[in-house]
Amino acid sequence: MIEVKSLVKIFADGKNAGVRAVDRVSFKVEERRFYTLLGPSGCGKTTTLRCIAGLEKADEGEIIVAGEKVFSASSGTFVPAYRRPIGMVFQSYAIWPHMTVFENVAFPLRVGKQKVSNDEIRKKVMAAVEQVELGGYEDRMATQLSGGQQQRLALARALVREPKVLLLDEPLSNLDAKLRERMRVELRELQRRLGITTLYVTHDQIEALSMSNVIAVMSAGVTVQEGTPREIYLQPRTKFVAQFIGSTNQISGQVTNQGSDGTGTVRTDEGEISCGILNELTAGDKVVVVVRPESIVLHQKKPSHGENVLEGKIGAAMFLGEYVDCTIELGKNVLETHQPHSLRVRRGDPVWVELPPGDCMALPAE
Amino acid sequence: MSTVALPRSERTGFRLLREPALMIPIVGAGVLIYLAVLPLFMLVYGSFEKEIAPREFVVTLENYVNAYASPYTYSTFVNSIIFATGSAALTFLLGTMLAWLTERTNTPLRSLFVPIAVVPLILPGVLESIAWIFLLSPKFGYLNVALQSLFGLESPPFNVFSLPGMIWVHSVGQVPLAFLLMVAAFKSMDPSLEESAMMSGANTWQTFHRVTFRLLMPTTASVLLILFVRTLESFETPALIGIPARIYVYTSEIYLAFNEYPPDYGRGAALAVGLLLLSAIGVWLYTRSTGESKKYQTVTGKAFRPRQFDLGPWKWVGFSFLMVYFVFVVLMPFLVLFWASFLPFFATPGWDALDKLSFDNYRYLVGFRPFWDALQNSIILATSTATVAMILTSLIAWIVYKSRLPGSWLLDFLAFIPITVPGIVMGMALILLYVAFPLPIYGTIWLLMIAYVTRYMPYGMRAASGAIVQIHSELEEAASASGASWWETFKRVTLPLLRPGIAAGWIYICIVSFREFSTSVLLATGESRVLSILLFTMFEQGQVTVVAAIGMLMILVLLIIVGIFYRISGRFGIQT
Repeated sequence: MIEVKSLVKIFADGKNAGVRAVDRVSFKVEERRFYTLLGPSGCGKTTTLRCIAGLEKADEGEIIVAGEKVFSASSGTFVPAYRRPIGMVFQSYAIWPHMTVFENVAFPLRVGKQKVSNDEIRKKVMAAVEQVELGGYEDRMATQLSGGQQQRLALARALVREPKVLLLDEPLSNLDAKLRERMRVELRELQRRLGITTLYVTHDQIEALSMSNVIAVMSAGVTVQEGTPREIYLQPRTKFVAQFIGSTNQISGQVTNQGSDGTGTVRTDEGEISCGILNELTAGDKVVVVVRPESIVLHQKKPSHGENVLEGKIGAAMFLGEYVDCTIELGKNVLETHQPHSLRVRRGDPVWVELPPGDCMALPAE
Repeated sequence: MSTVALPRSERTGFRLLREPALMIPIVGAGVLIYLAVLPLFMLVYGSFEKEIAPREFVVTLENYVNAYASPYTYSTFVNSIIFATGSAALTFLLGTMLAWLTERTNTPLRSLFVPIAVVPLILPGVLESIAWIFLLSPKFGYLNVALQSLFGLESPPFNVFSLPGMIWVHSVGQVPLAFLLMVAAFKSMDPSLEESAMMSGANTWQTFHRVTFRLLMPTTASVLLILFVRTLESFETPALIGIPARIYVYTSEIYLAFNEYPPDYGRGAALAVGLLLLSAIGVWLYTRSTGESKKYQTVTGKAFRPRQFDLGPWKWVGFSFLMVYFVFVVLMPFLVLFWASFLPFFATPGWDALDKLSFDNYRYLVGFRPFWDALQNSIILATSTATVAMILTSLIAWIVYKSRLPGSWLLDFLAFIPITVPGIVMGMALILLYVAFPLPIYGTIWLLMIAYVTRYMPYGMRAASGAIVQIHSELEEAASASGASWWETFKRVTLPLLRPGIAAGWIYICIVSFREFSTSVLLATGESRVLSILLFTMFEQGQVTVVAAIGMLMILVLLIIVGIFYRISGRFGIQT
């Protein structure tokens, strides 16, 4: 539904080269999918989105939306924003303060190329307003709505024209935490019901993980990894992805053995660790072994069997309600673990940690 | 929290008065009433009096009958409305055009034009009018002469001595104000409001007309209103162009009532009361409409990168507009004054005029006593007005915004009153006050200083209160907690933090006082003559090239003040 081919966008910065905000980004969003661009601020995700919307003109590459080539640097095609079959929700919602709720939603129908009769407009607007549960608010001035309502209004306005594609630019970042959680569910539910292809931009990993079919993690203008939420979280392919999403422990070392099944061993300061190893790595490569805090198993007595068992002592234990955040001091490394709150330990207690090989990944050190 | 050490209740009433925290507001209110209210009271009172400073007070409506039922009333009224409406519209049009081209389009070299657009601010209104007379006079105006010889025209194409001429001259002087207001409006607009219209399928025109234009409506209304009121109050163009052309507006009627023999103070006062009411209504509507436009601000406190319209080939049209504006409106008035200041008498430029050029005018000024007296008066007035006004307003702003004394809003209101008083009305009111008042300052520059301080108090308040509300009260509370008294706190903590804001206000008041005309024209006589008045009288007497030389020196002084301002603002980090 959306296809982006080696997109490049350069912003002038006073120097000759300019800043490559988006650097040869390519991806494809299948119909009815929820696709997320995830990355820290300044990574180029919003610029990519704005290029697809037609609000920025890219410098190189090609963009195809719903089968139509809307941008192509080589043939000089540039379909203006208002001719693209796209609905968009802005971070600030961009609700027009001089119009009522009804007029805000009716706007896309009034300015559209084909004339829509007033009855038709009324019917469509009411349907869109009902859809986002703003029924009864049509005659209010848009500015009288609360933050959450404004956000739903923006959504209704983006959908009323029945676009082929929905673009969402950090739509939840201006809401408070509780509301954001609820809107996540509502937004995904609505998207599923309408079956509309959606491109979502966010810096919030929870939003990305919970809502998306596919996530593309971006950094410094390039896509670092694309995959399902599960893949991104459990099999990060670079140190950046592992660090950016969730919290993670890192132990540096060197590959000693590389099996054919994607597993192998790494020699670290704490001893040999068996773990998953990327195909491109070979014996002798410098790597970091990453393991999530919640994957680490803690033993207060030395276990009789099990792989990757390391000896250490309790550093600090912080009670956080949901779990106990417990740091373990090994020889040279400190591991962060999440343990059930039944755990009773004191600083300095000797413990053994088990790093399940299936949950450990060796990634290139650089 | 309040930082004032409020007196404890067990203290006696007598000692209460010695508390500086209470003394200052009371004294402040007294000073403000004296400056802002008393003259207006005397003006209204005088407008009902049979004669000025009489032995007994006789109430009469005769003044109002004389002022408003004369055969000239109607034409004066119509002229004023045409002058004010026309100027407001033209100024707004030019200012918005400049602001839009420089802020929101890809016109070439646009960022270069931003400082250029505000340059005319340096040119005092009197000089602006004189320069345009040099350019557009039907007899000798350079532009007229040039166009006549260029196209072989029988008659001069322009006549500055007409209503359109007045509108043009006044407008180009006011454009920087409209420009700055509109730039601010364009800057504060969230570009995603326009982008979301485009994403809804609206093309460029639909976006402009249904979103951009509508969002700017409240600002447009308030800018037009302020321009209208300011034109109605202005006297520079009506004095230098209107009076010779026998086109009289409201302000010139007041001036003429005062200047006829014998002066008709009563009629002048009655006219002034009417102008005051008009202006007060305008200001009231303006404050209301700016309150209204706040309603339209949805998301604030964000730095926007405004959306730039790609004008395509039209950008060269925009560029030409900017260039033409720069050459004809900004540069030419300066050039013509500069040129004329070297001429023995006003002559059309040409090769034969070249050998007449000399420094004679400047040499003449060296020995010309009235010039040095006026210069001295102007400099003393500018600096002392700025100093007194800033001390007064920063104290008052502090009381209004930091102490929570009951009734402090009244001080704010009192200090705001003078903004509604047109310069010439202020002059009229002060004459009526000090003719009857025992203080022997009539005819001295101290009367002018009182007038200037009163008029520019609102500007000082804005600068000072802007700075004060930014100071977190905890900074002062920490000083109190460290054992500093009220005065120590003010001197050692508050005042240093206020310095950038106060410096900005000081310089601004210094500049506007230095170029003040419409109040001085009634109050500055003989010894107390200031530069702008000297220019006016000498121009009336026909010494036009000497006037040009004085004008150049006046611009030089203003440039020095502005230069100092930029030096200081760099050091204190003042936002300009």
